[in-house]
Amino acid sequence: MDATVIILFLAIVILTLVITYYAAKRTKSTGDFYTAGGGLTGWQNGLAIAGDYLSAASFLGIAGMIALNGFDGFFYSIGFLIAYLVVLFLVAEPLRNLGKYTIADMINSRFDAKKIRGAAALSTITIVLFYMIAQLVGAGALIQLLFGIDYWIAVLIVGVMMTIYVLFGGMIATSWVQITKAVLLMAGMVVISFLVLMKFNFNISSMFTAVKTATNHGADYLKPGILYTEPLGTISLMLALVLGTAGLPHILMRFFTVKDAKTARSSVITATWTIGLFYILTLFLGFGAAAFVGQNSILAANPGGNMAAPLLAQAIGGDILFAFICAVAFATILAVVAGLVLSGASAFAHDIYGQIIKKGKATDRQQMLAARNASLAVSVISILLALGAQYLNVAFLVSLAFCIAASANLPVILYTVYWKRFNTTGAVSALLTGLLSALILVSMSPSVFSPVEGAALFVGEPIFPISNPAIVSVPLGFLAGYLGTVLSKEYDPVRYAEVKVRANTGYRGPR
Amino acid sequence: MNTQPITVEKDNKESIDFVKVEESKEFKSFMKSKKKFIVPWTIFFLIFYFTLPILTSYTTFLNSSFFGDISWVWVFAIAQFVMTWVLCTLYVRKANRFDEMAEDIIDEQIKGGNS
Repeated sequence: MDATVIILFLAIVILTLVITYYAAKRTKSTGDFYTAGGGLTGWQNGLAIAGDYLSAASFLGIAGMIALNGFDGFFYSIGFLIAYLVVLFLVAEPLRNLGKYTIADMINSRFDAKKIRGAAALSTITIVLFYMIAQLVGAGALIQLLFGIDYWIAVLIVGVMMTIYVLFGGMIATSWVQITKAVLLMAGMVVISFLVLMKFNFNISSMFTAVKTATNHGADYLKPGILYTEPLGTISLMLALVLGTAGLPHILMRFFTVKDAKTARSSVITATWTIGLFYILTLFLGFGAAAFVGQNSILAANPGGNMAAPLLAQAIGGDILFAFICAVAFATILAVVAGLVLSGASAFAHDIYGQIIKKGKATDRQQMLAARNASLAVSVISILLALGAQYLNVAFLVSLAFCIAASANLPVILYTVYWKRFNTTGAVSALLTGLLSALILVSMSPSVFSPVEGAALFVGEPIFPISNPAIVSVPLGFLAGYLGTVLSKEYDPVRYAEVKVRANTGYRGPR
Repeated sequence: MNTQPITVEKDNKESIDFVKVEESKEFKSFMKSKKKFIVPWTIFFLIFYFTLPILTSYTTFLNSSFFGDISWVWVFAIAQFVMTWVLCTLYVRKANRFDEMAEDIIDEQIKGGNS
């Protein structure tokens, strides 16, 4: 580990701690803690959404997947971006108009039912824990690789940092860490892409010609079909990616940090441009790594291809750029896990403790204490799980989190806003069916069972043939919501009239 | 001397009749113009999106050349990005009009004349 890497690494640690110090002084109420008091502007929240969303799996994982598999690696980039149209058209504005801190708040603006709150909190916590374990295990392995320190120390460093941000600085610190990271990450992406393009004399066509012969795949590298050969599997994955984002609790929570639906909308626009530019640039990183690092060197550094981007930085920009990209990767990890801790804590402290146990009667002091305790608990549980999962292949947990979000959360969010007949039974059925079907199908899938030792958690023949079960579990979630509703009598068109008017106009006054 | 307030604050009066607001001509036309934008464009972008994996999974004609070594599949993939940005921009323009309509409904249907 050379001096430049250590200096940049420490610079990020110090910068984020300074942010946390100032954020802590401004965090006075529960509203500040969960949603930065609703005081972020559109562009701030837009960058924070990008910072929350673009994980190390996106930055290092997709660059590696494109470098190793050509076009098929780019599928993720497309799905992750188009998802924002679902968020923009259908979810962001009504969510902002109806909710307060969590998804359960939004659904309960229509139902006031504890069982819905419990089911929504369960789905949020499941998504957050899976996503978090995948991030922390990935982070541990990456930092081990980048900085040459032991896995357990790496996990502890990331874990302690994320706990400090959230515990002391709440959403204000988390947002600014995410904004800082988004700016650093975009800067790093632009610099590398520029250098790659320069090598090709800014001729995109000659870049394509070069990668055609750069890899073992030959001309097939530029065609789909290297990674995804199973049509239904591909479509199922694409379905989870495009619908999952609009149900991810840590992304949806970001919409409560702005004052109204108009600002929520402008934050989605900023996020969509930033994230879109980012995913276009993954192409230059992937192709650049294939051409200037070579598949054999990428695979030798890490079989998953995660080192493609840092190695490319070293090959075309020398040690300084390599150190900068390593530091950016570290900042990326920190920003994403902090957002996850906060959304997990809100489900525990606000939904389960504040609303179900205390029936919404807890004082602000009690709520704050509960929020901080829950943040600490979520952090500690995730760190312990990540330490235990070091040797497990957990990369599939990210797409599983997207799948649960698409199967359990999205149907309920859409039905709550757009379906007049929808009721409590329908909401609970959709949440539990979406959650359970995704979990059960994944546990029987090739992600968990593989005949090849080490390729998945267990050795054996998978019963369910598709790795990501969204193509079955998403329709099941919607169907359960429909059946649960029509098979039960409860129907309150007056309450729906109110929800519809509020969701669409943004009226927040009294009845 | 005026002993009684001329206007009574909404909060102090009986509650708002949201059903009446929902059934008002203004709210209905507001919802209609929102739907007219959102429903067709959502169907469009979902079809546009899923066409890509369906074509790459079941056909190979996207592999033919567009320009040099750049094949149509890359053009289609980049078109997904362009579509996303174009739809975002279109939506923002429309939404400014929706905001005006929503404000009118809050002012006229919810705060005044109702209940």
